[in-house]
Amino acid sequence: MTKEEIIAQGGSKVNSRPRLLLPATMHYCPGCSHGVVHKLVAEVIDELGMEDNAIGVAPVGCAVFAYNYIDIDWIEAAHGRAPAVATAAARLDPSAVVFTYQGDGDLAAIGTCESIHACNRGENITIIFINNGIYGMTGGQMAPTTLEGMKTATTPYGRRVDLNGYPLNITNLVKELDGTCYVTRESVHTPAAVRKCKAALRQAFINTREKRGTSFIEVVGTCNSGWKLSPEKANQWMEENMFAKYPPGEIKNTVKEKK
Amino acid sequence: MAKAIGVVEIDTNRCKGCNLCVVACPTNVLSLRQQEVNDKGYNFAYMLNADNCIGCGSCSLVCPDSCIEVYRLIQK
Repeated sequence: MTKEEIIAQGGSKVNSRPRLLLPATMHYCPGCSHGVVHKLVAEVIDELGMEDNAIGVAPVGCAVFAYNYIDIDWIEAAHGRAPAVATAAARLDPSAVVFTYQGDGDLAAIGTCESIHACNRGENITIIFINNGIYGMTGGQMAPTTLEGMKTATTPYGRRVDLNGYPLNITNLVKELDGTCYVTRESVHTPAAVRKCKAALRQAFINTREKRGTSFIEVVGTCNSGWKLSPEKANQWMEENMFAKYPPGEIKNTVKEKK
Repeated sequence: MAKAIGVVEIDTNRCKGCNLCVVACPTNVLSLRQQEVNDKGYNFAYMLNADNCIGCGSCSLVCPDSCIEVYRLIQK
């Protein structure tokens, strides 16, 4: 049966490209998790009707061109400073729904200070944190979130704890801060995980709109080019290794407790 | 029993041949072209077993490049 026959017989469209996703082809490698998260952000903003007052803050890293792909207002921040820029945007325009979109090299390395203090101040922003345990854009160097024993361009024999320290679990750090209202860790490797991640993003954007504090969403993603695996194998590797250190699930939700 | 019939439309020029939709499909409908490539040189996805499609939308959910549209008809 063809598409035309299905529509003629009363069938419907199940899934399609979100309206807010611009027609440009993304520069991400095949199978990159960024594409799925971009799609979810575009869908959630469209569904909540925030197209006109959403402001995204793009990081430095692979997602630096996020403003080319989602049709909302964007600001490009200096490396790691997205939460500080978002703080300014949210304070200057209280009607805006401000979110940052950062990778682990941006948020957990050079921007640790800004991220933790923005969360501690309880700024009304959403922080979307894509964690793939590697500096993807610059060629797969070790990031603070790189797992113990993981081989990267700068740790060819695996990350050594005595030399490089322990992997930084920033989401668990942030949940201890009183300023955060919603902290969760998601992934986008299966259809079920994608649906859960979308629900989490929706919750976070609603929190920001209702001015409840900082919402922090970590998405454990893959970097198949940096990990030197096929997209399919990268997902398997992520399930086997990344989830041991970064288990998906809701970590903190003060909004639910208040009800 | 109601039967779901689906059809998948793939924007072949946007597809990067990552194979994630092929893995996500519960009824083994999709596959990558082995001999053909698109303008960018990727082996794009296509419907190999079109009759098996139930229109669940899993392929579309996991597609990082949002190049899959899914249509579904429920026959009663």
